[in-house]
Amino acid sequence: MSVSRPVARRPLLAVGAALAASLALAACSNDNPLEQPSDDDATSGSGGETLVVGSQAYYSNEIIAEIYAQALENAGYDVDRQFSIGQRDAYMPEIVSGAIDLFPEYTGNLLEFLEPEPTATSPEDVYAALQEALPEGLAALAMAEATDQDTYTVLASFAEENGLTTIADLADVEGPLTIGAAPEFEQRPYGPAAAAEVYGVDLEFSATGPTTLEALQAGEIQVADIYSADPAFDTGEIVALEDPENLILSSNVVPIASADVAEDIAAVIDPISAALTTEELVGLNAQSTVEQRSTADIASEWLEANGLL
Amino acid sequence: MNLFGEAIAWLTDPARLEGSYALPTLLAQHVGYTVVSVLVAAVIAIPAGWLIGHTGRGREVAVAIAGAARAVPSFGLLVLLVLLLGVLRIPEAAVVTFVLLAIPSLLAGAYTGIEAIDRAVVDAARAMGMTERQIFWRVELPLGLPLLVGGIRSAVLQVIATVTIAAYVNLGGLGWPIIQGIPLRRFDQVLGGALLVAALALVVDLLLALAQRAAVPAGVRVHRATRPARRAAARSEAAASPSA
Repeated sequence: MSVSRPVARRPLLAVGAALAASLALAACSNDNPLEQPSDDDATSGSGGETLVVGSQAYYSNEIIAEIYAQALENAGYDVDRQFSIGQRDAYMPEIVSGAIDLFPEYTGNLLEFLEPEPTATSPEDVYAALQEALPEGLAALAMAEATDQDTYTVLASFAEENGLTTIADLADVEGPLTIGAAPEFEQRPYGPAAAAEVYGVDLEFSATGPTTLEALQAGEIQVADIYSADPAFDTGEIVALEDPENLILSSNVVPIASADVAEDIAAVIDPISAALTTEELVGLNAQSTVEQRSTADIASEWLEANGLL
Repeated sequence: MNLFGEAIAWLTDPARLEGSYALPTLLAQHVGYTVVSVLVAAVIAIPAGWLIGHTGRGREVAVAIAGAARAVPSFGLLVLLVLLLGVLRIPEAAVVTFVLLAIPSLLAGAYTGIEAIDRAVVDAARAMGMTERQIFWRVELPLGLPLLVGGIRSAVLQVIATVTIAAYVNLGGLGWPIIQGIPLRRFDQVLGGALLVAALALVVDLLLALAQRAAVPAGVRVHRATRPARRAAARSEAAASPSA
């Protein structure tokens, strides 16, 4: 007859008792770990209150958000950073609900998101249209001069050979011209079809997407839609053609804030927007992609260099 | 109108037949990449599978490679190859990705088709004096054909579904409405594109299912058809016999 060893009883009882005790102790606590941080002390002005600063999943946007965050911390606020959230579909509801207090955005692209085919194109018109289109509870602070918008860009050598300064000059270039861009550009109201109407330029479309710059450098395409804050503009290898007819939707950097904190933080954020030009932004982006510096370092150095820290 | 209705309206709009992204053009590109990729994969995988099935050797290696290849994420591989090969070789990068995707199913279809044959049949062929070559071409290949066509069917469907990502690297195909529609937030377009890919996959699956049926050799079909009748005859004989 075999005798099987019983499962050791005493250690099992001890573990069971410890588990039960920890559960009981946890139940006694009043903390709700799933609760959103409450901001009912936000109206009392700066000094120890927490602001949530968010950013898109786009390194350039994150640098601007980090600049805002450090400036606010310097002004005495506590900042909770929620960076790299993702697409507008994901974060817009969060900003509207007040879960996020400040977010760097782009006037034109945000307007396009809120109102499918906007007619405004100049920076001031777009800003005005955006203020109207913003949902309740959101406010747009002063926009910066810096843009991150679509462009019609060519290689600097190509521009020199053909004497190109504006988009209209492309009409005089011999041979078929192809423009490369993200897939949706083909359907945008400032895409190749519109360029044909406004500037009389005949452009074939190629959906080069993430490989646009490489395709331009390889000669696969002659014109490229490279966003105006792209660090490639720092090298002088490419040049954006001028848009005198304001065909392209302007898209300036603009801080979007929760309406209840907008006035208080404007004093901190407005000077940042005033100092941020497209050239500065391109420089910041180049530091990130070319020099591989950390976002925090880039932000603090820029704030110090501009006397804002 | 609900989203489904809007998608159908988008699909049936006559504007879909114009321009460089007309639906017939996208369909032709999609089918083109599928056919080329499956053909290249077939040339590589099917003879290898037959060799493994006929000789019985190398099976573990084949299973391991097929298993590993199945685990590779196609989208990641496509982007990686485009970065490595450069923007001037995007079609090649895409074909390599789809070929790697198709190989496991084709390899498996080829060797399981031959392995599934009753050893008695192959022994009988050998006993009759057939050479190895004759055994392969006259016995193993025809009998293994249904499972091979099953493997082809599986590979083709996987590739059709995956060629949707070709649009991300500017190769067109039925994924284009999806890839362009999402940033534009035109969800009728996105759903329309998705419905097209699904429809293509279903039609091709149906055709290949018919092909799989037709691939069963005539003799096997007769054998299977008469088997229930023979079993019934055997049962009634046993019932009628006086033994216990």
